[in-house]
Amino acid sequence: MTQWSPGRPRRLDDAFLSAGSSSFSEFVSAYRPELLPSGRRLPSGASIEAPHGTTIVSLLFDGGVVMAGDRRATMGNVIANRDMEKVFAADDYSVVGIAGTAGIAIELVRLYQVELEHYEKIEGAIMSLEGKANRLASMIRGNLSLAMQGLTVVPTYAGFDLESATGRIYSYDVTGGCYIEGGHHSTGSGSVFARGALKKLWRPGLEEQQAVSVAIEALYDAADDDSATGGPDLGRQIWPTVAVVDHSGARFVASDVLEGHVQRVVAARRDNPGGAR
Amino acid sequence: MSMPFYVPPEQVMKDRADFARKGIARGRSVIVVGYDRGIAFVAENPSRALHKVSEIYDRIAFAAVGRYNEFESLRVAGIRYADLRGYSYDRTDVTARALANTYAQTLGAVFTQESKPFEIEIVVAEVGVDSDTDQIFRLTYDGSVADEQGFVAMGGASDAAEERLGTGWRPGMTLAEVLRLAVDVLGAGENGERRALDEGQLEVAVLDRDRPRRSFRRIVGPLLTRLLVEAPGAAEVTAGPGSTETVAGEGGSASSASPADGPGSPTPPS
Repeated sequence: MTQWSPGRPRRLDDAFLSAGSSSFSEFVSAYRPELLPSGRRLPSGASIEAPHGTTIVSLLFDGGVVMAGDRRATMGNVIANRDMEKVFAADDYSVVGIAGTAGIAIELVRLYQVELEHYEKIEGAIMSLEGKANRLASMIRGNLSLAMQGLTVVPTYAGFDLESATGRIYSYDVTGGCYIEGGHHSTGSGSVFARGALKKLWRPGLEEQQAVSVAIEALYDAADDDSATGGPDLGRQIWPTVAVVDHSGARFVASDVLEGHVQRVVAARRDNPGGAR
Repeated sequence: MSMPFYVPPEQVMKDRADFARKGIARGRSVIVVGYDRGIAFVAENPSRALHKVSEIYDRIAFAAVGRYNEFESLRVAGIRYADLRGYSYDRTDVTARALANTYAQTLGAVFTQESKPFEIEIVVAEVGVDSDTDQIFRLTYDGSVADEQGFVAMGGASDAAEERLGTGWRPGMTLAEVLRLAVDVLGAGENGERRALDEGQLEVAVLDRDRPRRSFRRIVGPLLTRLLVEAPGAAEVTAGPGSTETVAGEGGSASSASPADGPGSPTPPS
C-alpha cells in the first residue's frame, strides 16, 4: 500500500479507485488505520486520566425529539471545561449526544458525521434512521479495546424517521449494543437523577416548548445531585445545549430562548429545591 | 518468430487520443456555467439514478461525460479524497485545485501507462464567495487541466456548444437565465434544427453560493419547471434541509439556516 508523500506525483492509488464500500470508516481503516480511534493501541494495563463529558437527556415530543446536554467536562475533581458542547448535529435529520471520554467521543462524532455525509454523497440517498443508528453502534464496538482501559464513549442518538414521521431515540452500551428507547432516555454520570426527573415530568404528546423545558429541568436535577454535571450558569450565561429534530430537520435552540426556559426553571425552584408539585 | 513492430511514440499517443476523443464525442453534452449566485450544471440525462453531476464536498462539485464506469470510479475516488482530507485537516482545506491536480495525475498516468485511456472528460468546480473567486477546472482524458472562465461545455458537439455559450453568456446572469441558455444550447442541432428538451431529460444541479456549508443542490420537479418556464424570481423556497426543492436566494424568502450553523462541528475542549 502506498502512502501519501509530497515527493511523488499524487496519483490516486487503488484504495481510492476500488469499487465497493460507501463507508468512510471502512475506507479509512483500510487505507490510513492510524487515523481512527480503533486503529490505536494503548499499552496493556495502562490508564490515563482524561476529561469526561457527562449528562445527556433526550425525550420525544409530539412530532419530534429533543436532546439536551450540560456543558461541563471534568477530570477527577477538576472542572476541565465549563462550556463544552456535547450535542452535535449528525446530519440534517439527526443529532448525537456524547458521554464519556471527551477527546475520543468528539473524534467519534466527527468520524460519524463524515460517515453519514460520505454515504449520502456516494449513494445519492439518505441512509435510513435504523441504518444510521447501526453504523454508530459498529463504531462504538470498534472502540471496545480503548473502553476496556477506561476510555469509554457512550452516545445517545436521536433522529426524525422520515418514513414513519416520528422521532426516535437510540441508546448504546459500551460494547456497542444499540437499543431503541420509548419516551425518554438519559446517559452519563448524572443520568440516574435525570431519569428520575424525566419519569415524573415526561408524558406522551408534549409540545416542543414543553419538551425543551422538561429537558432543562431534568438536567437541573442531575446537576443538583451529581458534581460532574454542570447546572445552568447564570453568572457566565452558560446554558445547556438543546437540539430539536422534527420534520423540518435538526436545529439548535437559540440562547435567548434557552435563557427564558432556564430562568423559569430556576425561579420555580426558589424555596422549592426539589421541585415538588 | 514474430518481431514486434516499431511504433513511434507520437503515433501511439495520437492513436490513444483519437480513441478517447471518439468515445467522448459519442455521448450527450454537459454544460457547466456560472451565474450571479453560484455555478449551475446542466446535463442531458434521462436517467434519474445514474448521475453525470455530483457533489464532492461543501463547495465542490463534479460533472463528467463519457464512459459511466470510468468517471464513476473517479467520482467515488474524489469523494474519498475530499472526505479524508477534510477529516484529517479541516473542511476549509479541501480545494478544487488540489482535487483537479490529483485527477490530472491519475488521468495522465492512465493515458500513458494503461492499455486503454479513460474515455472521459470531467469538470471540477468550486463556488467561491463571489463570482470572481469561482473556479472551474476542465480535465481531459490525457490529464491536461484548463482553468475555465464562466462556462464549459463537454461531450457531444462540445465545440459548437461552447461557441453558442460564448455568444449567449455574460457575467451576472440569473439562474433562470443561464438554465434557459444551457437548455437552448443543448437542444441545438447541427444544421440549425432544434430539439425541445423537457425537465425529464435534464439533470440540473447548482453550487449555491448563499447556502452555508454544503452548497450542492439538485434542482428537480416543480422548481426546475418554474425556473425554465416562468419569470425569474418565481421559484419559492419552501422545504426543509436536504430537500431538493430549494435554492437560496431564488424567490422572496431566505432559506432556513442549516443545522451546521449550530454547534454542529465539534471542537475539542481547550
